[in-house]
Amino acid sequence: MKAYLRSDGRKGIRNIIVVAYLVECAHHVAREIMFPFRERGVHLIGFGGCYPNAYSFRMMKQLCTHPNVAGAVLVSLGCEGFNRNELARAIRDSGRPVTTVVIQSTGGTRKSIAEGQRWISQTLEQIATTPRVEMSIDELIVGTICGGSDATSGITANPAVGRAFDLLVERNGRAIFEETGELIGCEQIMAERAVRPELARELIACVEKAAKHYTVLGHGSFAPGNADGGLTTQEEKSMGAYSKSGSSRINGILKPGDVPPSGGLYLLDVVPDGEVRFGFANINDNAEIGELIACGSHVILFTTGRGSVVGSAISPVIKVCANPETYRRMSEDMDIDAGRILEERATLDEVGQEIFDRVIKTAEGVPTVSETLGHQEFVLTYKTFEPIGPACLAAGAAS
Amino acid sequence: MQNTAAKSSTTTDSRLLRLSPRDNVLVATATIEAGEDILVSGRSVRAAVKLPLGHKIATREIATGEKIIKYGVPIGSATLPISTGEHVHTHNIKSDYLPTYTWKEQGEYFKDHH
Repeated sequence: MKAYLRSDGRKGIRNIIVVAYLVECAHHVAREIMFPFRERGVHLIGFGGCYPNAYSFRMMKQLCTHPNVAGAVLVSLGCEGFNRNELARAIRDSGRPVTTVVIQSTGGTRKSIAEGQRWISQTLEQIATTPRVEMSIDELIVGTICGGSDATSGITANPAVGRAFDLLVERNGRAIFEETGELIGCEQIMAERAVRPELARELIACVEKAAKHYTVLGHGSFAPGNADGGLTTQEEKSMGAYSKSGSSRINGILKPGDVPPSGGLYLLDVVPDGEVRFGFANINDNAEIGELIACGSHVILFTTGRGSVVGSAISPVIKVCANPETYRRMSEDMDIDAGRILEERATLDEVGQEIFDRVIKTAEGVPTVSETLGHQEFVLTYKTFEPIGPACLAAGAAS
Repeated sequence: MQNTAAKSSTTTDSRLLRLSPRDNVLVATATIEAGEDILVSGRSVRAAVKLPLGHKIATREIATGEKIIKYGVPIGSATLPISTGEHVHTHNIKSDYLPTYTWKEQGEYFKDHH
């Protein structure tokens, strides 16, 4: 694989400029700046809130300095709480070109759009000369998530992704699974896979935290479509979701923005710490995809039974369709037809290998279907996290 | 989880998938229409309702309060008596976790089997 080498030494598989709004009031200007360049690798991300929050700052910092990102335009209204100078400094320190458009100083909507677009036109030329270097599988980070699940997800697409994860981990790649709320009921069998006894206790505590969080909010990670699709209980959905993790030992726990320090399988703990505040842990699938990407994921494996169409800003999303009936209806939105397993047209191992091969192809630059269709969904909300404890990782995660 | 999924023997309809030998439910791998006769554990049962792809039916009689086993692990408990071949879903089973949260009990169950 050929990668884009960043000044900070990280390697990316895409060469993207992000336009990041720092409050909802700057969203329109940021979108207008991005729009003419949307098919030239310019993506829109942002944070809507006006009040500062350590989690959202860290997320924005990790996303703007992601290995797939070559440079950033920050769009500020001017009076919001987000620390734009600190963010711009972090991006500059990573060696990436950055500019900040402050709408109130620039003189309003039109002037700000023009200024941002001018900078992008120049910077696109500059980043076209980013050095290309060899990248091996042990430098690749892959995240996985399921969305729009039904009862086929846990039989076909999820265990097939688990096989692909096993292949990746065997080659010392880094694999991240997540959504502790969808592991409720699996905590004991998951804990048995921990590489260290203290990590086993942390894995159980992590799921216990998720269960309490959901109990307070009175709602698990279970949508009406899940039940229509034949899933009856949270723990049934969990067993299906859990199978995405494959069969490797579990190396550690990450929180959003922690980059896995070495090859192996990691659980991303997405549920906030402390008392429940700010509402649901993740309001939708893209909130979780954003967190996987903030942990350095170059590629996302997204399994769906009911049929999700989403992609993401920054990192390509490979969609693995679990349900053969859904695939026939929505094949243009799917990269992999894992429903073949159900109809005995392919085995789990074959589809697992196909997913692994597609990850490599995607890393080599071949666009996924959601990239081709222009999907660049992104959402970021408020959360509160404590840093990960020493039991969660053998060596400290890079930040 | 082991890949213990196995399709049909001669005693069960080929459209019903048993994910683990310990399971007391089978998963439909294709939509089965209401009124169709299906073979379950050697018995012919008429499907009372449409069984869409991915939905579950009981392999045997299940008593109220009994655990529903899928993938070899409990996924909830029966809230009503369930007969062989009957649709198993939100109307006759409930979660043992949410909204009623019984952590310890589940932990002990897993300890016995692993």
